[in-house]
Amino acid sequence: MTDIVSSGPVSRRADIAARERALRRLMPGDVLFAVATRTAAYAVLLLLGGIIVSLTIGAWPAISAYGAKFLVTERWAPSAQPTPILGGLGPLYGTLVSSLLAMTMAVPIGIGIAIFLTELCPLWLRRPVGMAIELLAGIPSIIYGMWGFFVLGPFLANVFEPGVIAAFSHIPILRDVFAGPASNLSLFNASLILAIMVLPFITAVSKDVFDTVPTVLKEAAYGIGCTTWEVVTKIVLPYTRVGVIGGVMLALGRALGETMAVTFIIGNSFPIKTSVFAPATTISSAIASEFAESDGLHQSALILLGLLLFVLTFFVLSAARLMLMRLERKAGT
Amino acid sequence: MRDNPFYPRRRRRNLIWMTLCAAATVFGMSWLVMILFSLVTNGVGGLNLAVFMENTPPPGSAGGGLANAIVGSLMLTGIGVAIGAPIGILAGTYIAEYGRYSKISTVIRFINDILLSAPSIIIGLFVYTAVVLPMGGFSGIAGALALAVIVIPVVVRTTENMLLLVPNQIREAASALGYPRSHVIRKVAYRAARTGIITGVLLAVARVSGETAPLLFTALSNQFWSVNLTKATANLPVTINNFINSADANWKQLAWTGALLITAAVLTLNIVARSLSGKGSKS
Repeated sequence: MTDIVSSGPVSRRADIAARERALRRLMPGDVLFAVATRTAAYAVLLLLGGIIVSLTIGAWPAISAYGAKFLVTERWAPSAQPTPILGGLGPLYGTLVSSLLAMTMAVPIGIGIAIFLTELCPLWLRRPVGMAIELLAGIPSIIYGMWGFFVLGPFLANVFEPGVIAAFSHIPILRDVFAGPASNLSLFNASLILAIMVLPFITAVSKDVFDTVPTVLKEAAYGIGCTTWEVVTKIVLPYTRVGVIGGVMLALGRALGETMAVTFIIGNSFPIKTSVFAPATTISSAIASEFAESDGLHQSALILLGLLLFVLTFFVLSAARLMLMRLERKAGT
Repeated sequence: MRDNPFYPRRRRRNLIWMTLCAAATVFGMSWLVMILFSLVTNGVGGLNLAVFMENTPPPGSAGGGLANAIVGSLMLTGIGVAIGAPIGILAGTYIAEYGRYSKISTVIRFINDILLSAPSIIIGLFVYTAVVLPMGGFSGIAGALALAVIVIPVVVRTTENMLLLVPNQIREAASALGYPRSHVIRKVAYRAARTGIITGVLLAVARVSGETAPLLFTALSNQFWSVNLTKATANLPVTINNFINSADANWKQLAWTGALLITAAVLTLNIVARSLSGKGSKS
């Protein structure tokens, strides 16, 4: 048998040499590409470091001026004399309460949609319905803010809230939580908008983790006569609990940092009120509405708020990722 | 089974909960319909050629359009993606190819996932302190950089996922021919994952083109026609943001029209990207 390419020992050696030369010419590019990818990958790490460092530097004047008192001071008076009095309690409270309220509304609905999509929905409808829910996540947040400001806010203030206020007006405690007057701009309105915005995240993650349940398990349950609801509560949810919680935390991370949608509808008022129908503020909306016109200590305090928000979301998102990774490992083995 | 007294009750409970799940789905979808409905009814009225041809009007005057804001947005998004996408693709390549099993990749992947969901206003603050302050003023470049920071994690994530889907046998076959690693990646792995990577970039464009918070104090906005990126640059989201809060009826109308344009563009990009990836995974 003779080789097609090289017909003798001499030319074969020449071939090999030519081949080596050609390959060697590729080597610098090879190294360059490897270095470029590595640099880009480390740039991602640098980005996180850069964010933390630059925010800390920016926040330093406020940290040294107020210290830990910043976390428990409610008063926000940037133009107070001789020095501004600035406390982050109001925005921190607003951020946490609006996000938690949003989650209590969004979690049951989001998981309900995921159950519908994985267990009930006919196959031909699954893709369009899933797509519609995902598109909800694609709408820019300023559009939510605008819609909340012009459409949802007035509707809630004129139709929904007066009824709720009247219904609870004779029950102690709840009377204060749902106290009037109804307003276009309030903590509750912001929470509702947030709930709609994070709904798709909860649904998407829940749907994905529901799909990791081995079909055999579900079929076995159906086989012994379980109803769909029983399969969901006794098989699917226990199996995917960690993943669902991870998805919920992921959505919580989003809700905590959401800016434009909240800024338009929460009213940007720093004092803490007991009523959810009263205006409030969040960290992100305080930054969005005041930062451009701020300077000195005021600006530094806003950056400090941003740093606090970043730390908060960092922990929430880390917890979410760790939970989701745990489930992935379980599904992998 | 029919004699079992528990069975009807279980069936009833199942029916109730499943109806609630279906109701939740209808509830969720109704928001999309309502939002799109108000955007169309309020926005279509203001849609005319002037919107694309004329600049944003001063307060209290009639007419005008969004031309400077649209062009500014296109520039910011274009530059942001042009900076962010290559970095994202390269970084995604590293964690999927060179460092697939290394510790550092796990760390990078984790950090990237956090950056992916980090509040965009924080990115704005970061770019403000790192770029706007040293440069001495708001600029289109700062805005584009802020958008690039948002693009990177999105592209890293999709690039990595798509490269992981490429079967290893293809890489091994190319390596066996004597190709260096970078050629295996660029000529073989990239080609196999091309649709997915493009989808990721499209999703990043969609994500970025509606972003407002990171532009508020980086690119700011601009009333006038300007393609000078070292100065404050007009852009659609911040223009809408400024117009919503005004009592001026003309500005309000332009805000609705701008909102309709952005949403239409973003949703179209989303649908295109998703149908691309749908096709890719089937074949």
